[in-house]
Amino acid sequence: MGRFHHHSDGTTHDHDHDDHDHDDAPGSAPAEHDHYADGGDHDHPHRDVGDHSGYTQTGRSRVAVLEDILGENDRVATENGKALADAGVRAVNLMSSPGAGKTSLLKRTLEALSPTVRMGILEGDIATSIDADQLEGYGAAVALVNTSAGFGGECHLDAVMVRAGLGRLPLDDIDLLVIENVGNLVCPAEFKVGEHAVAMVYAVTEGEEKPLKYPVMFRAADVVVVNKVDLLPYLDFDLDKFLANLKAVNPTARVIRASARTGEGIEEWCTWLVGQTGDAPEPQP
Amino acid sequence: MHEMALCEAIASSVSKLAEDATVTTVSIRVGHFRQVVPDALSFCWEMLTEGTNLGGSKLLIEQIPAVIECEACGAETTLDVPLLMCQACSSDKVTLVSGEEFRIDSFDIEED
Repeated sequence: MGRFHHHSDGTTHDHDHDDHDHDDAPGSAPAEHDHYADGGDHDHPHRDVGDHSGYTQTGRSRVAVLEDILGENDRVATENGKALADAGVRAVNLMSSPGAGKTSLLKRTLEALSPTVRMGILEGDIATSIDADQLEGYGAAVALVNTSAGFGGECHLDAVMVRAGLGRLPLDDIDLLVIENVGNLVCPAEFKVGEHAVAMVYAVTEGEEKPLKYPVMFRAADVVVVNKVDLLPYLDFDLDKFLANLKAVNPTARVIRASARTGEGIEEWCTWLVGQTGDAPEPQP
Repeated sequence: MHEMALCEAIASSVSKLAEDATVTTVSIRVGHFRQVVPDALSFCWEMLTEGTNLGGSKLLIEQIPAVIECEACGAETTLDVPLLMCQACSSDKVTLVSGEEFRIDSFDIEED
C-alpha cells in the first residue's frame, strides 16, 4: 500500500487505491488531507479532484523490479549445470586473456588425459575454428561456439551460448568437460555458464599487477595456472609480487606453475582437473 | 566491453514487465566490484532502446562502493582499490558485504 500523492494545493499524502472511499478525519480541515492511515471505509471528498500529478492523471507510476540484471543468464547457467550433472559430466570454465596459453595447455592436457579420461571441449571463440581445429585428433569430443555466429560477436560465453554448444556434444560419453572461454580478462568472469569450477591461465608475460586490475576474474578462479614459467629467466617478472597481488584479491585460489611448452606443471594441473570428476560438490550457485 | 549484453538483459526484463507502457526511467544499481563502465552502459542503452517502447528512456545508474567486513576484528572497510584486506588489522579473512550488486531496482512508466 501507500502510493504517494501530490495535490495541487501543495499537500501530499500516502494511501492505498484499492476498493475504498476516502474521507477526511473528523474535525480536520479538508486541505490537510488527514486520512485514516489504514484506509478502510471512509469517503474522500477530493476524489478525482485536484492535481494528482504524482501519477493518476498523467498515468505515471514507478514499478519496483528488484531483479538481478544477470538473473536470466544465471537461471540458464543453473539449468546447464544440472544437465551436466545429470549426464555425469563435471565442467571447468577455463578463462584467460588472449594468448595466455589456454589452447596450448589444453593440447597438453588432452595428450596426457584423453587415453584414460573421457574428455569434451567446448571451444568459445569470437570467430574462426583455429583453436578447435588444434584440439581435434586427441580422441576428445570438441564443439565450437563462435560467438559471432548469430550471437553478435560477444567477448565472452554466456549460459545461452553454452547451452547451444552442449547440445552438440555427446554428454553421456564425457566425464570431464573443459569450456574454453573467449580470450578476455574482463567479460567472461561476469557470466556463469553452468560450470562446476573455474580455472584461469595466466602467463608470466602479462605482468604482476593484473590481479589488481582485473579482480573479478581472479576472484572467480578456483585455480590459477601460471603459464610460460620457462620464460622467467628472460623476464623482469616478479613472481612473488604477482602471487601477493593474487592473494590480495583471492586468498584461496590454488596456484600451479606450468609451462605448456616444456610440460612443467602439466601433471599437477591434470591431477587437479581429474580431481574435479570425483564426488565433487554440487554446481556453484 | 560487455555493456551491450548487459543492456540487452536489462531491456528484456523491463520490456516484459512494462508491456506497452512508455518507460521514462530505468534505475539500476551497480557495485564497484562489477566491471561496468557507466558511460558505456548509458551509450549502449540509448543505441539499443531506440525505436522500442524503451526509446528515449533514461538509465539511472547508482554506483555502490565495495565494502568488506573483517572476520577477525569486525571492522568495515570501504575499498578504493580491490585489495581484500582489513584496514584496521590487516587481516585477509574478510567478507565482501557490498560492491557486487548488479540489479534493476525499478522503472517509471507513463501510460497514454
